[in-house]
Amino acid sequence: MRRTAGLWLLVGLAGYALLPWYMVAGGFWSFGWVTEITTVSRPAALWAVDARPWLALPLAGFALALIAIVLAKSQLALARGLVVAGAAGLALMAGQGLLILGNRARLDALDGAVQPGMGAGAFVTAAGLLFLLTTGISGLGRGRGDAFITGLVGAIVALVGIFVFYPMSFILIRAFELRDGAGMGVTEFLPRFLSPSVWSAACLTGSGYCGAALNSLLLGLATATGTTLLGLAFALIFTRTAFPAKRLLRVLTILPIITPPFVIGLALILLFGRSGTITEFFADMFGWEKTRWLYGFWGVWIAQMLSFTPIAFLVLIGVVEGVSPSMEEASQTLDANRWQTFRRVSLPLMRPGLANAFLLGFIESLADFGNPLVLGGNFNVLSTEIYFAIVGTVADPAKAAILSLILLSLTLGAFLAQRTWLGKKNYATVTGKADSGRHAALNDGLRWTCYAVALPWAAFTLILYALIIGGSFVKLWGYDHTLTVEHYVRAFAVVFRNGVHFTGAAWDSYFTTLTISAIAAPLTAAVGLATAYLLVRQNFAGKNAFEFSTMLSFAIPGTVIGVAYVMAFNFPPIELTGTGLILIIVFVFRNMPVGVRGGIAAMSQLDKSLDEASIMLGANSATTLRRVILPLLGPAILAALTYSFVRAITSVSAVIFLVSARYNMATSFIVGRVENGEFGIAIAYASVLIVTMLVAIIGLQLLIGRRRLRRSDRVEAH
Amino acid sequence: MKGSVRFENVTKRFGSVVALKPLSLDIAPGTLVTLLGPSGCGKTTTLRLIAGLESASEGKILIGGQDVTHLSATYRRVSMVFQSYALFPHMTVLENVGYGLSVKGAPKAEVRDRAEAGLDLVGLKGFGARLPSELSGGQQQRVAVARAIVLEPEVLLLDEPLSNLDAKLRRHVREEIRQIQQRLGLTAVYVTHDQEEAMAVSDRIIVMKNAEIAQAGTPRDLYDRPASAFIADFIGDANLVPVEVTKAGETAEVRLMDRTVSLPLAWHAPGPAQLVLRPHHLRLSREAGPGTIPAEASYAAWLGNSVQYTLKTPVGPLFVITPPQPLPYMAGETLHVGFEPSDARLVPAGS
Repeated sequence: MRRTAGLWLLVGLAGYALLPWYMVAGGFWSFGWVTEITTVSRPAALWAVDARPWLALPLAGFALALIAIVLAKSQLALARGLVVAGAAGLALMAGQGLLILGNRARLDALDGAVQPGMGAGAFVTAAGLLFLLTTGISGLGRGRGDAFITGLVGAIVALVGIFVFYPMSFILIRAFELRDGAGMGVTEFLPRFLSPSVWSAACLTGSGYCGAALNSLLLGLATATGTTLLGLAFALIFTRTAFPAKRLLRVLTILPIITPPFVIGLALILLFGRSGTITEFFADMFGWEKTRWLYGFWGVWIAQMLSFTPIAFLVLIGVVEGVSPSMEEASQTLDANRWQTFRRVSLPLMRPGLANAFLLGFIESLADFGNPLVLGGNFNVLSTEIYFAIVGTVADPAKAAILSLILLSLTLGAFLAQRTWLGKKNYATVTGKADSGRHAALNDGLRWTCYAVALPWAAFTLILYALIIGGSFVKLWGYDHTLTVEHYVRAFAVVFRNGVHFTGAAWDSYFTTLTISAIAAPLTAAVGLATAYLLVRQNFAGKNAFEFSTMLSFAIPGTVIGVAYVMAFNFPPIELTGTGLILIIVFVFRNMPVGVRGGIAAMSQLDKSLDEASIMLGANSATTLRRVILPLLGPAILAALTYSFVRAITSVSAVIFLVSARYNMATSFIVGRVENGEFGIAIAYASVLIVTMLVAIIGLQLLIGRRRLRRSDRVEAH
Repeated sequence: MKGSVRFENVTKRFGSVVALKPLSLDIAPGTLVTLLGPSGCGKTTTLRLIAGLESASEGKILIGGQDVTHLSATYRRVSMVFQSYALFPHMTVLENVGYGLSVKGAPKAEVRDRAEAGLDLVGLKGFGARLPSELSGGQQQRVAVARAIVLEPEVLLLDEPLSNLDAKLRRHVREEIRQIQQRLGLTAVYVTHDQEEAMAVSDRIIVMKNAEIAQAGTPRDLYDRPASAFIADFIGDANLVPVEVTKAGETAEVRLMDRTVSLPLAWHAPGPAQLVLRPHHLRLSREAGPGTIPAEASYAAWLGNSVQYTLKTPVGPLFVITPPQPLPYMAGETLHVGFEPSDARLVPAGS
């Protein structure tokens, strides 16, 4: 322990004395700061001696740690010393950062004290202090005395704290801001929170528009109901019928997942908009009036159904397959017919799964931003209202914060309901035992009902995707159907003259998107799997709270987290807006819960005695993780990588607040084109993105998938 | 003392569940000690406490005279053979056996040599390049043993190592384990719920029940001098007949039905007790004799090398094993059952 502590002490001191304490112009990795190390890019040690004496505070932590390491006689004394030193150092560091920000200090006594946002030096110093603290905690016997485990817990708690809870606290605080910059107060909060403009039910009585909250709620319920039923129909067709084109259905379930969110909305406009193909057709044939019915509840609802049915399907297929065939066979041997078996045995067993799919659909619908933005019209929902409260002509952060709170309470409510009410109820009957029975087939009536619901829907989806490709090759859909590659040229032109020049309008955002997604994906997978490892394999105090807080960001809608990041990271002590880093961070913490879930599922299948055998053979936890667990986790790593990569590319809600001129993302570029009515280029770009993601998924499969097959063969034969 | 294991009032709680009541034990170097008991009795918890896979709630654990209570499993000189073997499926047999040496940073050549020597020791020379999945259950089990002993641990722990093998193989492998342990002079702690297995391999057996030690001793001790009805029944079968001790001291007298039987064993005090009668100590005959009890055979099973009877008697049902007779008794027949007083044992009444 003394050695580990000494190491972290040195690392922390190096950050304190050698690296620039504040953010540096041009970014850390440009190393421009090396030449300015004694002038503008000074480390804390140099700042502390003249201009900014408060930066000497973190040094107290290191001093205490040094005293403990040198003087402590027993292990226990050393451990206690390190805990005190690390905690004190971190507290002092956070204290000075939160008190002296930007160009003002919070306390009058500190008048004149100014400092910019923390940078690399501060980060390394904080890491050194944090790991001194966790090493000390391990010395107190926590985490089975393993400094790696306590360090990992400490690191993840710190990251989730800084990048989920810290920004979310800003939403809570700014919700109490008074109008016209009159400071803070509770007087306006409740009236605005319960305001009729948010909760109005006027549309139900036909006397006007409904409030955004009620709209979101109704839309969420409608979408959740629809996607659950459709998902169930698809799942039943898939598992209980001899339908011939199952493979095609599978593809249809993947497509919407790799589709940028508003592309479906665009395709719907091309079909049903005022100059859409079908609208035109009915206008010509029957003289029906061309209306804007699509822009509103129905359009958003259809688009969400298309987008989220695959999620319900993926949940439900597991559930439907999970119903033990033996139970259905038992029912049939008791003389129940197929319908009775389905109605009285299979369906009740699926009930928790159905509720799960419903709640997921509800959360997704509330959090959805792309579809309401494109198709909403006068139908306001919370996520778009929040957006307009920030970027609209009159920026109203307090309104955005209050609407965020409303949205958050709805999604959190659903999330909590899902966890507490459904968490323990799981009738899925997959056991380790081989269950050799066969699932009961559906009776005719039910089978044809499923076909009648699902197949037209599948055909509709197919048509939409054909349209997306087709729409990108015509001049202007609905007006001029001349075939052209003009959109692709405008977006992706490459000129070969004195080298290669990417002159297309989309290249910048395309490269940025790929780079940032490619950096974020492995980080997401790493954080997610590390968290899963701690949750499945380790026991420590506060594990339940730890699990809950890591899953929480699943329930925070992207719009809300985007607003929270803008509010929290726009000024010191952590000033990240306008950088590429903030985009990477937002992706990592948005997508982390999926990595955690995948990791938990995969790790629960690895016998715990494998880890224990490795530990008993003298390997420490880090070696065990690297040499035993990770090699056996191939598929989970692949899934986490793929998912976080795809989500980073298709995400729009959080990103739209965080992009900058320098770091523009593909989705926000496309939104810009849609708002300008340049549908052709938007669709062309989206098609390129879809193809890019397909290539990436297949590439990852080939890279990791082959190894996975061999590994899993071995595991199975074990 | 290298290889000794000592528990001083070690307690283990999981939340509010007590997995181990204050427990003290001493294991002498070079002996094989078995922790025996029904599931949930605390034997596996005890083993995992020695391993360092669980940490003690209270008390002190010493290995080789050194306090290891707060030392993590990684740094204890203890190896373990797991019930599931826990062979790493993505490594070859040789890599599995050499894993412990390689994570300690031993040079590659040394790792290979010692791993091969370990495989040789368990009779698997030449299997090093295979994957665990390409071996039979018995071979996998031997790889697990080799992997555990190449590190030359002070203490070898075995957690129900034979439970995944079929009955025939089990006897063979347990002999092998015992031979390796004796040859290398290893201290070994062996967990099982199978009393026959425990009797066959152990120098000493520690029988556990309800999170504490019920009785400890050599296999012979436990069989011949059971301290409780539980031990008598658990170590070898036993018929337990409630009796009244009428005279205690160097020898004892008990009332059984309407007569008095004197037993050549010491007993502490008069009062209710239970008579332990081993099934093969009971003698059956068609004629009544001195001290016999009338009985009716309610069930008979012929097993080839023995015949087993369940009897209905005035003192309760009795289970009897006899050598096969030329004229076996039939179910429903009226018989007389007797025993030598020197074969009988006494244990306290109740429980």
